[in-house]
Amino acid sequence: MKSGGPFPLFTSATVSSVSDMATAARFLLRRANSKLALTGVATGSHGSLGATLLKVSPIFSSWTETQRRHAAHFTYHPDPVPTQYGPTQKMNLFQSVTSALDNTLASDPTAVIFGEDVAFGGVFRCTVGLRDKYGKDRVFNTPLCEQGIVGFGIGVAVAGATAIAEIQFADYIFPAFDQIVNEAAKYRYRSGNLFDCGNLTIRAPWGCVGHGSLYHSQSPEAFFAHCPGLKVVIPRGPVQAKGLLLSCIADNNPCIFFEPKILYRAAVEQVPVELYTIPLSQAEVLQEGSDITLVAWGTQIHVMREVADMAQEKLGVSCEVIDLQTILPWDIEAVCKSVVKTGRLLVSHEAPITGGFAAEISSTVQEECFLNLEAPIARVCGYDTPFPHIFEPFYIPDKWKCFDAIKRMINY
Amino acid sequence: MAAVRGMSRMYGLCFQAVRQTAGLKASRLLQYRAFRVTAMHRQQPFDSSLEKPQFPGASAEFVDQLEFIQPNVISGIPVYRVMDRQGNIINPSQDPQLSKETVLNFYQTMTLLNTMDRILYESQRQGRISFYMTNYGEEGTHIGSAAALDPNDLVFGQYREAGVLMYRGFPLDLFMAQCYANADDLGKGRQMPVHYGSKDLNFVTISSPLATQIPQAAGAAYAVKRENKNRAVICYFGEGAASEGDAHAGFNFSATLECPLIFFCRNNGYAISTPTNEQYRGDGIAARGPGYGMLSIRVDGNDVFAVYNATKEARRRAVAENQPFLIEAMTYRIGHHSTSDDSSAYRSVDEVNYWDKQDHPISRLRHYMMARDWWSEDDERSWRKQSRKTVMEAFERAERRLKPNPELLFTDVYQEMTPSLDKQRQALWRHVQQYKEHYPLDLYDK
Repeated sequence: MKSGGPFPLFTSATVSSVSDMATAARFLLRRANSKLALTGVATGSHGSLGATLLKVSPIFSSWTETQRRHAAHFTYHPDPVPTQYGPTQKMNLFQSVTSALDNTLASDPTAVIFGEDVAFGGVFRCTVGLRDKYGKDRVFNTPLCEQGIVGFGIGVAVAGATAIAEIQFADYIFPAFDQIVNEAAKYRYRSGNLFDCGNLTIRAPWGCVGHGSLYHSQSPEAFFAHCPGLKVVIPRGPVQAKGLLLSCIADNNPCIFFEPKILYRAAVEQVPVELYTIPLSQAEVLQEGSDITLVAWGTQIHVMREVADMAQEKLGVSCEVIDLQTILPWDIEAVCKSVVKTGRLLVSHEAPITGGFAAEISSTVQEECFLNLEAPIARVCGYDTPFPHIFEPFYIPDKWKCFDAIKRMINY
Repeated sequence: MAAVRGMSRMYGLCFQAVRQTAGLKASRLLQYRAFRVTAMHRQQPFDSSLEKPQFPGASAEFVDQLEFIQPNVISGIPVYRVMDRQGNIINPSQDPQLSKETVLNFYQTMTLLNTMDRILYESQRQGRISFYMTNYGEEGTHIGSAAALDPNDLVFGQYREAGVLMYRGFPLDLFMAQCYANADDLGKGRQMPVHYGSKDLNFVTISSPLATQIPQAAGAAYAVKRENKNRAVICYFGEGAASEGDAHAGFNFSATLECPLIFFCRNNGYAISTPTNEQYRGDGIAARGPGYGMLSIRVDGNDVFAVYNATKEARRRAVAENQPFLIEAMTYRIGHHSTSDDSSAYRSVDEVNYWDKQDHPISRLRHYMMARDWWSEDDERSWRKQSRKTVMEAFERAERRLKPNPELLFTDVYQEMTPSLDKQRQALWRHVQQYKEHYPLDLYDK
């Protein structure tokens, strides 16, 4: 078969069978689609070629259960429809972010949004339509340079304008670590409050996504939790995302807002269309209980809600589920109040267990609530490895690991 | 709008400097600028019938000779100057013809800075302050550039630009208060000496990490551009800091985002002990500007008029045309890097003496003034005496002042005090009450 395409796999010398072609096509599709899967952007000729090849391949029909990609590890639990913020509209997570940004650009003439690829709408569609609506001087691409994006954002904020910087994946925030930790966080303190970058908000997609592997799955909140002067916020769904993002933007301190990327399309709720804020540093008790406190944030909240149901059903254990929402400064009072009541605490996050934020919560709770504890505090987290690709189903702190931890705590 | 900007850029092009480094002929430069004018969202319209490259990334011609572009370091970008080393004007058309009052102010600011440096350096040696950095030899870069700016222009500095702040009117008492970290310090005693800042004088507080201010200046300039109030931003840094990734980020962002910004590089020959031939192999910092699409110039940093002229023109055009300018001011760091450095470990005393005695911004300006009978030996003697006296008085006041209240350890982390920090503050308070004899409370404000 003569090839017209760029891939050497398709030269007549190497293709010897239909199954080889199918393998090649799957390889091709995976590479083309790796970053684009969530955006649903068409892969053009590759997509149709691949689809055709797959259909003719004899292997296609014999794929087994194990070869198909896993379904999500959580079941999304939507928030109830909010009634106190005015009319609502059905939105998924990325649309709720767009809505928040839209409200901001409309109400604050100094606000600007920038980062890699935000002009056309962003790789996760969070900024779709904003450039056309508000102008290219307000929604613009920057060169590919995270230290530049954050440094530039700090400068915009210092000059008195509202800066909303997008980092394309939280995994790529590290070149900006110096600007965030040494500059943004310390601007007000070191200048004696003469200068500050309270007008800066940094947004980044966060957390596991099923196939993200080392560099599209990270949850780096713990690195920033160690930095006084920053606020770190993580929503569990669209209603929370919009309200918390608007709070971050309004807050006069530099904020990092991590958006669970696996929820961008999967999480759909009725979200208020007007501007509203949800307070920072206030944890939310999603479900009251008496036997054990479960603390999590972001995607993991949905895992915990399912675990709470499982615990009630199979063990008769009543769980109190708390969404921490703000990692820094965190709502110590709410968590401690709950643990005083229940006597048991389980904290869960995807990030590696050593030095993860569960360690901070655990340490503080044992200081404040030592005599109330009926069992050691449990942490169900990622392992101390980089985030793996094919082993993701084994790596993540799934509902069975959490359920098992509860069982052990109850029987302690 | 883009077309108008592009045309004025074409006319304003600094052909000399750019051409030499990039090796481009004038006609090709014009072609490049013309291309920029017509480009809209995407690059030029695709037309494969032409034998011209159609790549989105570059617009030059094809060439069929294999030839690497030679970096030009032997006879690189020339150094613009107005006065010779003796203070004589070389080309009268370049004399900014500033008034006697203005020039006297330049001179007195430079010498006052020098006097303050001597006294504060000594005070560190005597254990009165913890650390200091002098500005010896670079006074011309500070005063020349500061004078060319508008007082509302925002300044981002590195750490060796105290003369800019002094020129703008920062009082001796506040310089001293910051170095002594006493209760009058605007920075509330939180940073090491020489980390000055002033909101009123539009001088952003200095921070120790190098080059971090460079992309920040680009962002500030972008915001300032949107305000549309005839304001520019200037960003100072040394040739060493220019090696940091943040410098590359700042240059690239300012050019692509069209910011009214002046990058002012003080190339003083050393980054602590690292000489320039270990810092870069190209033709200094000015040669990097064209790589980013930036207009660039190299000036004699010890010639206060050259610095003034270049900064003035850069400022005018940066604001008028919304584009960044790069000024590389060549100078020499006569003093040690800081009080923690002894530069005799890596350079000869002869080398330092040459610059101190034969090519110093202060003496050059003095010769200029004396040649016009604006200054005499008597004026010099009485001014030195007076400036020394004012500095010493400020110094003594600062030394007697108490340190700020230790409560200020806990404020300004966030705009508001958080419950957790408040608890920590109370814990410290209780501890100090119990162990007060082990804490130097008498030195601090109540």
